[in-house]
Amino acid sequence: MPEKRIVLKNCEVIDPKRIDTYLEKDGFKAWQKALTMTSDQVIAEVKASGLRGRGGAGFPCGVKWEGVRGAHGLEKFVICNADEGEVGTFKDRYILQNDPFSLIEGIAIAAYAVGAKRAFIYLRGEYRYLLGPLRDAIRQAGSKGFLSHTDIEVREGSGAYICGEEMALMESIEGKRGELRYKPPFPTVQGLWQQPTTINNVETLMNVPQIILNGAAWFNQFGTERSKGTKVLSVAGDVARPGIYEMVLGSSLKEVVIDLAQAKNVKLVQVGGSCGRIIPASMLDTLLSYETVLSAGAITVFDESRNVIDIAHRTMEFLAEESCGKCSPCREGTGVMVNILEGFVKGTAAEKDIKILEELSSAMILCSLCGLGQFAPTIVMDTLNYFRSAYDERIQRVKVVK
Amino acid sequence: MTNKTTAMSKNRKEMLELLQEAQSKTGFLSKEAMTKIAESLNISKSDVYGVATFYSFLSIKPPGRNIIRICQSLPCHYKDGQTVIDSIARELGIKPGETTADGKFSFTLTNCIGSCDKAPAMLINDDVHGNLAPARIAQILKTYK
Repeated sequence: MPEKRIVLKNCEVIDPKRIDTYLEKDGFKAWQKALTMTSDQVIAEVKASGLRGRGGAGFPCGVKWEGVRGAHGLEKFVICNADEGEVGTFKDRYILQNDPFSLIEGIAIAAYAVGAKRAFIYLRGEYRYLLGPLRDAIRQAGSKGFLSHTDIEVREGSGAYICGEEMALMESIEGKRGELRYKPPFPTVQGLWQQPTTINNVETLMNVPQIILNGAAWFNQFGTERSKGTKVLSVAGDVARPGIYEMVLGSSLKEVVIDLAQAKNVKLVQVGGSCGRIIPASMLDTLLSYETVLSAGAITVFDESRNVIDIAHRTMEFLAEESCGKCSPCREGTGVMVNILEGFVKGTAAEKDIKILEELSSAMILCSLCGLGQFAPTIVMDTLNYFRSAYDERIQRVKVVK
Repeated sequence: MTNKTTAMSKNRKEMLELLQEAQSKTGFLSKEAMTKIAESLNISKSDVYGVATFYSFLSIKPPGRNIIRICQSLPCHYKDGQTVIDSIARELGIKPGETTADGKFSFTLTNCIGSCDKAPAMLINDDVHGNLAPARIAQILKTYK
């Protein structure tokens, strides 16, 4: 499947500082069209398009909006999740830098569809340099009258990976520690300040104007049966051409990693960052879609010179540090995993350590409150599965002296 | 009842912004600053302290005038991030987590800053510096006062 620019259509085409250049490229035409439709029609169109959440979870966008639209509350909210913290992901940064207007238009349409008067963009603290330009873009859209139905406020994070999780993010907007909430109730019913809330990734909302403008049937022609449209991928690591690539869903990992980014001597690819899947070089034919592997689209390539155990250990150190600490399977589990993996790094691990890693993994997957804890063991399980010998080599063999 | 709870918790939403604002004035969150915020929002001091210490970009200790945050995540690490960390440590004469004696620089390690296409990368205050190499470090640091 080829590259195709739907989300990035205007990136490096318009001047992100001047709304006029966006208007020349059909900017806010989708918003105007949406206002001629009923909210239900807008939602029906997005539902029919098959657009799924681009933050990684892949929840159908239209279904989420329908839930918020139908829920009872004092007020409804739209949140744009721009807390792009996953290791190896930088697509939202690229989008915000190059085309903030499409995002604003997407948010305005979402707000109209669900009946929200207020919307928030939660921007990670590491991207503070984007705060000024983003607020300026909102101001420009407002002065042209495009935000007559919706007020968009940018809230800034302060360096917490977990705040990319929807419930933690809402806690953070409410001025609290970014800790998890139990689900259900889901945000569509009780989200921000316990009110119905739709929370969508930057890239998801970027698709919305194109869907409204060109229709669900047009969007539907791209992708696979259950993964429609494109995916913006952040490619980094051992590649000659790191950067952003927008591919039709169903493209193979090989097309991106070898053909476009020109990687050589690939050992493995991590798809989806620290919580993502490991794909060994022998499986580069794997397709990128919600049916196979995808996540938020971080593609980190490691060549033959890299040590699998070191990759697993460093990834787990990151997860242990960023665990919010609310639930013990994640808080304690990631910590214990770091310690055990350290044994493999040093070559002092025992035979039983592999069994402990496996048991701990299933406990964490079953009992953790959110995605961080549930997917933290992925790196261990996948590397054990594909690179078992790397672990076995590091087990200290006790010599029996007779 | 629901109305009242919602209204009350909405004042609280200012907290993170108030903390960020207080920090931007003095560089860190003093006991006095946190007490003032607690009083203005009518919540306990421990609650404010809890939030202030949760976020890695908020600091309850005075940092240097410029904060260097070097990415230690995998994509940067494997592009020789460690040599950059070492060269900054050498240049400043401090280890990660420390502040120079003249108060000019604080130096910390951080997780992915979303500049993996320009690895290894670091943030100094709000500026991104990418494609770093030890040879460039001294010159970059010189541009900060």
